[in-house]
Amino acid sequence: MKLITAIIKPFKLDDVRKAISEVGVQGVTVTEVRGFGRQRGHTEIYRGAEYMVEFVPKTKIEIAVEDSLVDQVVEAIQKSARTGKVGDGKIFVVGLTQVVRIRTGERDASAI
Amino acid sequence: MIKLSHWILVASLALSAPLARADDAAGASAVPAPAAASEATPAATPAASPAGAPTEPMLVGADKVSSGDTAWMLTSSALVLMMCVPGLALFYGGMVRKKNVLATLMQSFACTCLVTILWWVIGYSWAFTPGNGFVGGSARAWFSGIAFIHGDTAAKLTVSHLAPTIPETVYAMFQMTFAIITPALIAGAFADRMKFSAMLLFLGVWSLAVYAPIAHMVWEPTGWLNAAGVLDYAGGTVVHINAGIAGLASCLVLGKRIGYGRESMQPHNLTLTLIGASLLWVGWFGFNAGSATAADGRAGMAMLATQMATAAAALGWMFAEWFSKGKPSVLGIASGAVAGLVAVTPASGFVAPTAAVIIGLAAGVVCYFAATSLKHAFGYDDSLDAFGVHGIGGILGALLTGVLFSSEISGVDKTVPAQLWIQTKGVLTTVVYGFVVSYAILVVLDKTIGLRVTEEQEREGLDISLHGESIE
Repeated sequence: MKLITAIIKPFKLDDVRKAISEVGVQGVTVTEVRGFGRQRGHTEIYRGAEYMVEFVPKTKIEIAVEDSLVDQVVEAIQKSARTGKVGDGKIFVVGLTQVVRIRTGERDASAI
Repeated sequence: MIKLSHWILVASLALSAPLARADDAAGASAVPAPAAASEATPAATPAASPAGAPTEPMLVGADKVSSGDTAWMLTSSALVLMMCVPGLALFYGGMVRKKNVLATLMQSFACTCLVTILWWVIGYSWAFTPGNGFVGGSARAWFSGIAFIHGDTAAKLTVSHLAPTIPETVYAMFQMTFAIITPALIAGAFADRMKFSAMLLFLGVWSLAVYAPIAHMVWEPTGWLNAAGVLDYAGGTVVHINAGIAGLASCLVLGKRIGYGRESMQPHNLTLTLIGASLLWVGWFGFNAGSATAADGRAGMAMLATQMATAAAALGWMFAEWFSKGKPSVLGIASGAVAGLVAVTPASGFVAPTAAVIIGLAAGVVCYFAATSLKHAFGYDDSLDAFGVHGIGGILGALLTGVLFSSEISGVDKTVPAQLWIQTKGVLTTVVYGFVVSYAILVVLDKTIGLRVTEEQEREGLDISLHGESIE
């Protein structure tokens, strides 16, 4: 099993959600985050005081998937989240050792 | 700490005793005497020459009180109270960091409650009874002598000599709302770093030691600035220069916020600030048009002048910022509006609309530079620009009043240079007296109970540190 973490532009969330549903993903966790990579931040001015805001708002989605689905999901996310401009984000795939469904106690494959 | 504030209250009452002795004889006997005069010669009252004008609160028949004027003044009092809570509270609250928003709201709210009590105890009496050229007497301490029903056969009320067509209760209430908002304005200078206990003591003592005397000097006929002819319709000097200069003293004594100039201190919610600014704008009609103490043409002109100046100032600041920084900001237009409101305050009942537009435009542009370049050039941390907007705006407005007053509207027929000089005297007196006394109170408090929160408290945020609450 793998945990796929994707940092995407916030307005792309809906497109990504639809794309991964079509591939067979049942659940996803979404967090609002801030960060930067190559994308520059912006400057805010309040009564003449300038503030360089380096962190850009992004959305993080996390999905637990079976190994067999990983490539399809990654491709679905990448295609739906892409705009072609700097700041589109990144996808990270890490190994999952255990998954448990809290309600039933099911483990691993039947818990995803 | 409680002991100290009790001591201060007792001391202030004790200090007023010598003054009371001087005017008590006059005060006690004056209540029946003018009543007899006004009852005996009611026809003479409207035709009374300035020489025979009443000089202190007096008892009149209830039929002398105008219901239209009273209705307007009741409304004005509510409007000005709204300017402080929640107007100013939100205006300032939105501009601070999220960890300090409750503490900032608390300052305005607590100040409202505190000054209400102090006004009742002695503030009103010191401000609005004759006394001497510097301060009033104690004839109206604890609002004693304010009568709203007197005698069995004819209903009688006391009225203030400064507003003879409305009950004195309404006048005292109206002026109370001014006394409330003035110290609350100072909080803009020391936002994010002052102890709540020290703030209560400072603003409480300040309202009696600075606000009441300056109000007396400028608005009471016996006050020396009033006698000198200073024009201050609704409190440009008494409220704004006063608060602004006390704000400057505050930020100099307290020092800069930790991380000032290095760390991010953006406003956390400009929505609140704009709502606050809007409430201030609407409420200010009570402030300026209400200073007519009557529902008449003077009030109408004051309202119109207020509106013109505010809009012009908001646009002035907005365009100044647009040209110099590239974008017109919400904080900018809101601040510009407030600057215009401040600057037109002393002028509102004395100028025509065109003059009001000029005053507004000047205030918008000048205060923009005062709140940005001036502040950064001198390096003081006036967190929310109490001095930059209220101090500078008030000074500008007071001086422009001396230049742009309309003889027809104000009834003043001095030349511009003469009046400008008188205005300057008013400004200088307020600036010097206000700064010196504010500074002294602050230094004394700093040496005794300490003014500033600890570094850990400032880092964690005043909401949690001082009030045990947070909005997160």
